[in-house]
Amino acid sequence: MISLLRKMRKTGRVAEPAPEPAAGDTVPAAAELGGSVQIRHIDAGSCNGCEVEIASAFGPVYDAERYGARLVASPRHADALLVTGPVTRNMEVALRRTHEAVPEPRLVIALGDCARDCGVFAGAYGVAGAVKDVLPVDAEVPGCPPKPEAIVEALRGLTGR
Amino acid sequence: MNAAGASLLSALGLCLVSALAGATAPRRVRPLLAGLGTACAGAAAAAAGVAALAGQSWSAWLPGVLPLAGARLALDPLGGMFVAVTGAVAVCAAVYGIGYAKHGVDGRVTQATLPLFLGAMLLVPVAASVSTLLVAWELMAVTSLLLVLAEHARRPAVAEAGLWYAVMTHLGFAAIVAGMAGFAAGAAGESFEQLRAATLSPAVRDAVFVATLAGFASKAGIVPLHVWLARAHPEAPSPVSALMSAAMVNMGVYGIVRVGLDLLRGGPSWWWLVVLAMGALSALFGILQAAVASDLKRLLGYSTTENMGLVLIGVGAAGFFASCGDKELAGLALVAALLHVVNHAGFKTLLFLAAGSVLRATGTRDLDALGGLRGRMPYTTALFAVGALAASALPPGNGFVSEWLLLQSLIHALPTSGVAGAVTMPPAVGVIALSAGLAIATFVKAFGVGFLARARTPAAGRAAESPPTMICGMALAAACCVALALAPAAVLPALSHLVAVLLPGHEAVGGVVTLRLADVQGTMSPLLIAAALAVAAALLLGSVRLVARRARRPARLWDCGAGPMTPRMEYTATSFAEPLQRVFDNVLAPESDLAVTPTKESAYLVESIHYRARIPDRIERRLYDPVLAAAASIGRGATRLANGSIHRYLAYGFYALTGVLLVLAVVW
Amino acid sequence: MTGLVGAVAQVVVVAVGSPLLVGLMRKIRARLEGRVGAGVLQTWRDLRKLCRKEAISPHGTGWVFRMAPLVLAGTALVVASVVPLVTTQSPMDGVADLFAVAALLALGSVALALGGLDTGTAFGGMGASREVTLLALVEPTILLSVFALSVRVGSTNLGEIVTAAVHDPMAVISPVSLLAAVALGVVTIAETGRIPVDNPSTHLELTMIHEAMVLEYAGPDLALIEWASGMRLFVLLGLLAGLFAPWGIATAGAGPVAVVLALVVLVFKVAVLGAGLAAGEVFMAKLRLFRIPELLAGSFMLALLAVAASYFLA
Repeated sequence: MISLLRKMRKTGRVAEPAPEPAAGDTVPAAAELGGSVQIRHIDAGSCNGCEVEIASAFGPVYDAERYGARLVASPRHADALLVTGPVTRNMEVALRRTHEAVPEPRLVIALGDCARDCGVFAGAYGVAGAVKDVLPVDAEVPGCPPKPEAIVEALRGLTGR
Repeated sequence: MNAAGASLLSALGLCLVSALAGATAPRRVRPLLAGLGTACAGAAAAAAGVAALAGQSWSAWLPGVLPLAGARLALDPLGGMFVAVTGAVAVCAAVYGIGYAKHGVDGRVTQATLPLFLGAMLLVPVAASVSTLLVAWELMAVTSLLLVLAEHARRPAVAEAGLWYAVMTHLGFAAIVAGMAGFAAGAAGESFEQLRAATLSPAVRDAVFVATLAGFASKAGIVPLHVWLARAHPEAPSPVSALMSAAMVNMGVYGIVRVGLDLLRGGPSWWWLVVLAMGALSALFGILQAAVASDLKRLLGYSTTENMGLVLIGVGAAGFFASCGDKELAGLALVAALLHVVNHAGFKTLLFLAAGSVLRATGTRDLDALGGLRGRMPYTTALFAVGALAASALPPGNGFVSEWLLLQSLIHALPTSGVAGAVTMPPAVGVIALSAGLAIATFVKAFGVGFLARARTPAAGRAAESPPTMICGMALAAACCVALALAPAAVLPALSHLVAVLLPGHEAVGGVVTLRLADVQGTMSPLLIAAALAVAAALLLGSVRLVARRARRPARLWDCGAGPMTPRMEYTATSFAEPLQRVFDNVLAPESDLAVTPTKESAYLVESIHYRARIPDRIERRLYDPVLAAAASIGRGATRLANGSIHRYLAYGFYALTGVLLVLAVVW
Repeated sequence: MTGLVGAVAQVVVVAVGSPLLVGLMRKIRARLEGRVGAGVLQTWRDLRKLCRKEAISPHGTGWVFRMAPLVLAGTALVVASVVPLVTTQSPMDGVADLFAVAALLALGSVALALGGLDTGTAFGGMGASREVTLLALVEPTILLSVFALSVRVGSTNLGEIVTAAVHDPMAVISPVSLLAAVALGVVTIAETGRIPVDNPSTHLELTMIHEAMVLEYAGPDLALIEWASGMRLFVLLGLLAGLFAPWGIATAGAGPVAVVLALVVLVFKVAVLGAGLAAGEVFMAKLRLFRIPELLAGSFMLALLAVAASYFLA
């Protein structure tokens, strides 16, 4: 315990200083949420590259939580769905149902190139389409995988902070 | 004759008339006539009891009724309280029984015995001599046995339960006969007045108390004499279960209080510490078994053992404090115990009747097969919820009030009751607390698994609400529970008064809206707590409505996006209780068998797996089974002596005669 | 009169301050983990947003599911008005004593457990089962601690216990008090579902206790539940502070200044306790579910010792 305490003191604050929010990137539908966005993450067929970057975005260095975003355990508690990967045939119905389970107002973020336009999986036999073919998408984060900075910036667009 | 006596005699008369109606009326109107008669008898008895509590006393000597001594009856406040409780329970059960009778219990024997059972139960607390008490007691045992056996043709378990009940109740009766006969012999008279006036040697007093305690405790379902209760109460028809569990077990408490505190005028502190220990053991063991039971009526039966245990903790504490000379605290403990008798009668009637509705509607008592009754049986569900709230001793239920009083009497004991009190009271409080906690778990399970969520079997999904008479019977019991919960001051003065007569002192609890303890500091207001809760909930509802912008929306259950969840995925009563079962593994000693059948082709491929888990009653397993097994093996050994050969029997006769002659020759 | 004002003030402080307390605790955890954290006001933002969202009634649920959040929050409010956080002269003081407070908190937990069971999902049942199991095991410790604390005063009424402690500050550092304080501290952690008993920020359903019961709630229902959980935490920490460090609480005959001072002291005490709890959580992992009974049995032993000490040291 003492060593942990010493380590805490030595390490101090890991989080990088918050960059200036990019102007004009806010999502209008998110205004009603008032600076608090609970996020349910759905892997609709991702290669897990995006998941690693999401973990970094919520890790100590980028600390997306300071802008009012938080990952939650149930779509009932969520305001936004963070969808990664192309929507595979097996996940299509589940994705729709998850969206249905989120109380209004609800947002959908397509994270990564696969979620935006199927990426390298475009045309594959198991893929039903991009996220926007299944659900109305409110925000997109490009990249394969997207950088944590980009994820954080998109989330700040939702929380407005 | 005053009002109390007149009502009591009319109640007894109505019992006889209803029994006659049950025995002779045609099947079509039989339940209605017998039920209405019994309900009227119950109402008259309740009136008699209330009159007696209010101070009217009545006594009678009927010389011709019983041979030799005649029957002596007397109605005093203590007996009046039990008469009133029994009468009120009978009203609910009888009204309910009119609708329930079509469920296969409208036979002549059952319909005629039920009023007789009520009459016997009314006679026990008004009996004023040993012989009257014993006759009434045995009448109560026999009539209740007949009622337990009402459905013996349909389920083999009924006969077994009846056998257990018959044996246990008669062992208890033998103990009471021995104790009371010894008492009467020492007192040179058998009326209660002569018993009160008697001066006995301490050894005789000890023997009388221990013997009667054993007998009365077996009727109250106290551990380790409880084994009949958890069998007989579930197997009896539900109105009978209610009468047995809410009224008949009280007679055990009545007997202990009557003999210990009234006729023997208190005793050494070890008597009462034994009572307290038996109560604590029963409370804990009963509720632990209830917490892991998945048969609804068995669960309620074990809960009766728990509640009678709590009552005995109060009675034991009262006797103990009285022996320490602290009459005020003794009065408080006894008031708490008696109030708990009243409260338990209210909610246990309600719960058993509601369980009967479920049984009638679904054909099962197994909680693992129920669920989803909320929508199909809304009244039964709401009424069961009232009973479950009371039984889990949470505010604003009535069970909370009496447990609060009980705790107050125990925690104020330390300064005055010496080392014995300092050693016994903390564990007693711990036992009450743990049993209260486990009662919460038990009734969350019974209500949450049994009535909420979705039906686990098609039978539960087809359930239909009970007929109006059954709902009416339950609603009466629920109204009593609510009244007792919000206005305990309606009965507390009468109980305080009766206790002040029994243990000379002043009245222990006062106050109308807020309960105030007379001799120790302590106040609590059940009515204001309920009102505060209602106001807070209404305020919250209003403010949520005010700030909410969107309407409520129905949606699919969150099933992780997969297909719809089947009822098999729900938590069952067994799985709900599994953590508790694991925590109390050493006490409960659950048993399980696992049989794996491999396929013919290979020993590594499994064809079927049979898993069977059960939680036996450990006291029955450890205490009774060896005795039964020994008796059975002696019996089997004895069969070798009698193998049917006439020569052998003649030889026995010859040897016996020779032996007797030899003995005589030597001794003479 | 100051009693009534104090009672209203403490309900308001609990209602407004409990989300801030949760926010503060999250902030402190974040800082100790090297993060920045969302700020103390974030919990209020979350609640505001939840109130704007729609409530959801899943198919197959009924009035029990709908009423559970109201009952949970209602009991928390009633307890907040009874417990002597700011003043011992609350008009509610005679209405409910420490036993009744424990029972009211249990009633809230029961309501939520029934709400979880009413959904009929596997997780709802699992959370309810675990919650009531812990509830059953916590109850003996609470009641025995009450017993130990009431022996010296001769009453279980909270106002009188706290008044006696204010007038005799040295009694607070007696063995009875210390043992009862540790026992009640463990109970507080268990009742409020903090580490090491339960992890309020877990995402793994199989490790959940409290969270598993509320997985189906959304919008204003969820807001009520989160708010009520915060209030229970605030009240229990305030009660702990009031019983074992009662300095500053306005007693009989105190003027308006004393009430204001008591408010400030209360906020300070609860903030310190909350910060300590949050900091302690960083050093601990959640216990396995079936190790928790051992922890609670330990706290039960401490409470029993406290009662024994109250008799033999008296």
